[in-house]
Amino acid sequence: MLELRNISFQVPDEKAKNAKEIGILDNVSMTLEDNKFVVITGPNGGGKSTLAKIIAGIEKPTSGQILWDGQDITDMSITDRAKLGISYAFQQPVRFKGVTVFDLIRLAAGKEITVGSACEYLSKVGLCAKDYIRREVNGSLSGGEIKRIEIATIMARKTKVSVFDEPEAGIDLWSFQNLIQVFEEMHSQLHGSILIISHQERILNIADEIVLIADGKVTKQGTRDEILPQLLGTANAAVACGKAEAR
Amino acid sequence: MDAIQRELLLQVAGLHEIPEGAYNIRANGASVGRASSANIEIVTREDQKGLEVRVKAGTKHESVHIPVIMSQSGLDEVVYNDFYIGEGADVTIIAGCGIHNGGDLSTRHNGIHRFFLEKGAHVKYVEKHYGSGDGKGERVMNPVTEISLDEDSFMEMDTVQIKGVDSTNRKNTAHLKAGAKLVVMERLLTHGNQHAESYFDVQLDGEDSSANVVSRSVARDNSYQLFASNIVGNNRCTGHTECDAIIMEDAKIRAVPELSANHVDAALIHEAAIGKIAGEQIIKLMTLGLTEAEAEEQIISGFLK
Repeated sequence: MLELRNISFQVPDEKAKNAKEIGILDNVSMTLEDNKFVVITGPNGGGKSTLAKIIAGIEKPTSGQILWDGQDITDMSITDRAKLGISYAFQQPVRFKGVTVFDLIRLAAGKEITVGSACEYLSKVGLCAKDYIRREVNGSLSGGEIKRIEIATIMARKTKVSVFDEPEAGIDLWSFQNLIQVFEEMHSQLHGSILIISHQERILNIADEIVLIADGKVTKQGTRDEILPQLLGTANAAVACGKAEAR
Repeated sequence: MDAIQRELLLQVAGLHEIPEGAYNIRANGASVGRASSANIEIVTREDQKGLEVRVKAGTKHESVHIPVIMSQSGLDEVVYNDFYIGEGADVTIIAGCGIHNGGDLSTRHNGIHRFFLEKGAHVKYVEKHYGSGDGKGERVMNPVTEISLDEDSFMEMDTVQIKGVDSTNRKNTAHLKAGAKLVVMERLLTHGNQHAESYFDVQLDGEDSSANVVSRSVARDNSYQLFASNIVGNNRCTGHTECDAIIMEDAKIRAVPELSANHVDAALIHEAAIGKIAGEQIIKLMTLGLTEAEAEEQIISGFLK
C-alpha cells in the first residue's frame, strides 16, 4: 500500500522580485491500496505529473510524507524506490544513443532475459517485435513508438506499483484499445497497483478509483461509479474541476 | 607467448590462439608467427621495415589478422605495412595494437598502414587499440592510415580505443575514385590524463564517390580529445562527417569538422555535438533500479557500442 500524507510541493517563482514560492501541490493526501487501479485526472497544470514524480522520487516534496506499507520512504532515492517496487513511465520517454530497445527491456527486467521474452512485451504493446528489438532508443523512433516501448519496460519490471504519466499521449486511436487491454492484463495478472494519469474517458472507465486534482489540490476522490458521472455530466473541465465555483 | 601477451592478443584481436587463414603476429618487435593462404600472401617488405599483404583478385570472405603486442617497457617502433587488395576481392583485415607497460619507460608503436584497393574491392578494416600495465611509462600509439580507393571499391574502417592508451595521434587520409565509398566509425574513450587526437582528410576525387566519417567518443577525468575531419569534394559526390562526444569531469574536447567543396555537385554535411550525459537519461535508468554510477556506465557503453 502506498500512502501520500499531506504532500505539498513548492518551487521558487523566478519572475518574482522577492523570493516568492509557487505552490504546485497543496496538502495532497491519497492512498493507493494493493491491487487497485487508480486514475488521476484533472486540468493541465494542476500538479498531476509532479505528484507522479514525487512518488517515483524524482522530485522531493517540500513537506508531507510518503509511506510504503507503513514505512516512510520520503527521503528514499529513485534507485531504492525502484528496487522496493515502484515503476514510473515517463510522459515524455527519454531517448538514448546506442542503447537498444532490448537493452532497455533487459535493464528493466533487472536480470538476463532472452530476446524472445523481451519480444513478448513489445508484441503486447502492439509493436512488431522483430522490427524493434535491435533498434536504438534514439531520435529515429516516433513519439507513439517510444511511448509504447516505455510501457513495455514497465511491464517487464513487474513491480507492486506502476505509475504511468499520460500513457495515451501520442498513441494512435487504432492502438488505443490495445493499450486498454495492456492495463487490464497488468492489473489482473500482476497483482499490483496501477496509478495512471490520464484524460481519457476509456481509461477512466476501467478504473477502480478516480482522483481529481486541480490547482494542486485533491478536489474529488472516490470510486469510478461515484466520480465518473460527475465528470462526464459537466459542461467543461473547468466546471468539473471546481474552477468555476472558485471564481 | 606468455600470459600477458596472450591477454593483449585477446583484447586487440579477439584471438585466444593462432588464427585461421592469413596472419602475422608481431610481439616485442619481431614476428612470432606468420602464415599466408592460397589467396593472401604476407611477406616482409624489401626494406625490412614491415609487411606487404597481397590479396588476389576475386578472393572472397577471407580474413587477415595482423595484431601487434608489446609487453616490454621502453620499446619504440615504427612499422610500415602495405595492403594490396585485388580487383573484386572481399576481405576482413583485423589489425590492432596492445601494449602492456609495467615499467617506467615509454612504449611506443607507430603503425603506418597503406591500403590500395583495386576496382570493386571491399575491405572491412578493424583496428583496436588497448593498453594495460601499471608502470609509470606511457603507452603511446600513433597510427597513420593512407587509403587509395579505385573505382567502385568500398572500405569500411572500424577503429576502437577504449582503455589504457596514454597518448595517440592518428592521421588518416583517403583518396576516392569514381563510385568508391569510405565509411569510418571511430569509437574512443579517454580517461586519466590521456591525450587523443584524430585527423581525417578525405578527398572525394571521382564522380559519385562518397564518404561517411563518424566519431563517437567519451572523455573522462582530465583527458583531452581532438577530432578534426576534412572532407573535400572535388567532383559530384556526397560526404558526411559527424562527431558526437560526451564530456565528463574535467575533460576537454575539441571538434573541428571541416568541409571543402570544389565542385558544384558536391553535397557535404557535417555535424558535431559535445555535451554531458543528459540528466533525464540517468533518472530514467535509476527508475529501472540502477544506481547513478551503473546508469552512467550503461549510457557510456551503449554510446560507444
